[in-house]
Amino acid sequence: MRTGNAPTRRLGRLVVAVPYLWLLLFFLAPFAIVLRMAFSDAATDLPPYAPHFQGFSQLGEFIAALDLENFRLLGDDPLYWQSYLYSLRIAALTTLIALAIGYPLAYAMASAPRRWQSLLLVLVILPFWTSFLIRVYAWIGILRPEGLLDMVLAGTGVTSEPLRLLNTEAAVLIGMVYSYLPFMVLPLFATLQKLDRSLLEAAADLGAPAWTAFATVTLPLSIPGILAGSALVFIPAVGEFVIPDLLGGPDTVMIGKVLWSEFFSNRDWPLASAVAVVLLFVLVAPLALLQRARLTRGGAA
Amino acid sequence: MNARDAGALAPLRAKRKASPGSVRRAFQPWNDPAAEPLVVFRNVTKRFDTVTAVDDLSLALYPREFFALLGASGCGKTTLMRMLAGFEQPDAGEILLDGVDITAVPPHRRPINMMFQSYALFPHLSVGDNIAYGLRREGLPRQEITRRVAEMLALVKLDGLEKRRADQLSGGQRQRVALARSLAKRPKLLLLDEPMAALDRKLRESTQFELMDLQSELGLTFMVVTHDQDEAMTMADRMAVMNHGRLVQIGPPDEIYEAPTSRYVAEFVGDINILEGRVASVTGEIVRVETAIAGAVELDEEAASLAAGETIFVGLRPEKITLSHDEPVQAVNKVAGEIWDIGYLGDFTMVQVMVGGDDGQLLKVALANRTRRIERPFAWEDRVWLSWDVEAGLVLPP
Repeated sequence: MRTGNAPTRRLGRLVVAVPYLWLLLFFLAPFAIVLRMAFSDAATDLPPYAPHFQGFSQLGEFIAALDLENFRLLGDDPLYWQSYLYSLRIAALTTLIALAIGYPLAYAMASAPRRWQSLLLVLVILPFWTSFLIRVYAWIGILRPEGLLDMVLAGTGVTSEPLRLLNTEAAVLIGMVYSYLPFMVLPLFATLQKLDRSLLEAAADLGAPAWTAFATVTLPLSIPGILAGSALVFIPAVGEFVIPDLLGGPDTVMIGKVLWSEFFSNRDWPLASAVAVVLLFVLVAPLALLQRARLTRGGAA
Repeated sequence: MNARDAGALAPLRAKRKASPGSVRRAFQPWNDPAAEPLVVFRNVTKRFDTVTAVDDLSLALYPREFFALLGASGCGKTTLMRMLAGFEQPDAGEILLDGVDITAVPPHRRPINMMFQSYALFPHLSVGDNIAYGLRREGLPRQEITRRVAEMLALVKLDGLEKRRADQLSGGQRQRVALARSLAKRPKLLLLDEPMAALDRKLRESTQFELMDLQSELGLTFMVVTHDQDEAMTMADRMAVMNHGRLVQIGPPDEIYEAPTSRYVAEFVGDINILEGRVASVTGEIVRVETAIAGAVELDEEAASLAAGETIFVGLRPEKITLSHDEPVQAVNKVAGEIWDIGYLGDFTMVQVMVGGDDGQLLKVALANRTRRIERPFAWEDRVWLSWDVEAGLVLPP
């Protein structure tokens, strides 16, 4: 870069600036609007909040009208923080179950003959070719009383009573794990596939039986894949709205559902914005800590 | 464990105590019928799909031996080694270690360790933890592990690098860590898969001698697999040349080089000129061969099996031919030719001489550059004479 002349340098800066511009336009600006709404009050107005920005001459009054009342309400009303906790719980369970299913799956894919691997990969991605909504609706047909699952179970004589899974937490978990499993499998597969086979041979050579070699070599070396997969499942799972709405019941109130009803049922945009802002921090904080831990570990070694 | 464990291992000496030749000459357990072999391959065959990688192979390795397996890529040498480590199962035959059949023993239960060509260092572990890996699997007490790791680090001269990660080391250092890790369990047999392949030439030479010192000092048995003949000849007490899954010849390096039993070995190990000819007469120990290119040549060979009229090959190593401008009147074997190519290599010069006219045969002659200036240097297109002693040539079966 240093040797380039002025026009190429300027072009180089422009290329670097594009992604920043993107972030500014489509992430930072909307976030600023949501944040500003969260500090406002609900009003029967268009748009339904106050105060409105009346120009720079009345900036002082505008700022004075902003307050933290919505955030206080989030802390006071148990509905909100209980929904947060419940969402985190469901997301954590989803992540754990997806990991428990996804790891062996990814491991089997990575150990399969190379010519099979691309086919297996396509099979994992295949569900994305159908609408997400339709796939979740399909689960209603499977899980509803006397649905597909009940029919199969009754037919094979395992149970005679309907399971009544639909509109329970179990149904939500089934739907969530089903929907997010590919996001767990793909990064795990990528990590396990590039694992050097000779490392496992070296472990065996040095006296490690297969299970020990897995625990001391494969598992630690696949931690980056586990972290990436878990983040890809956990983060969208916390804010998930469609699956608990379709498969869940009255007791499976996740924060995404609360957010939706605040916006569209109650038309309380400021409160909904506050819910969204808090959700963002709930998700970003652990990620930031994780990243920091990774940086210090890499730097100290 | 065993007697080898007595006494701490001394770090490598800076200077070699004795020339290896004098010590090694006396060490020939393979000629001693009373010697008990450490490893025995008995009629071992290994196939991959339709390819036979190892073909009905039998071999015995003796304790404290430095054995080199030399062969072109794809000759089956790596498969042979991997069967010894336990990573491949033979389709037929058996492998014995100390007289016990280990054919069905899984790798992690064999008292054999291997140094991988890629080194296969665990990237998530420090140098110390890499070396300790095998010791931890044995369940040794913590203090013993710490002591042995320190001992190994001193042995390979990496003291102080215990906390480093593998990716923070140079190629030479990584090789030493791999060596220390494979030696830490004090295996009965150490397998080395192309141990020097990733090192540059200078480092390779010094490491070869260090490895030999280490082996004689620890009293271990080494088997090294390599495609590099210099490496094999420098280090090995005994070497085997492998081709198409079989051992073509097995013996001390000088025997392989000076008395190859087949054209394949003669051409694979070192440079050689091959002259085709017909046995004219056998008188005592002198064989007279009529060659198409160089006329009649005489060889001093114990060649009782040769009969007049038989077609054979005469092998001539380039360094055993003398080159001169004037006809060497005294010489028994001589032929005139024209210099077509001169390759200066520093320590010696490889001259290619066309013998028998322009459609004849190019013969290689190696000239040792013993002085810095030569009075009558050889030049391209010079008419020259090649001559050699009766002991120089060797008879190779067709």
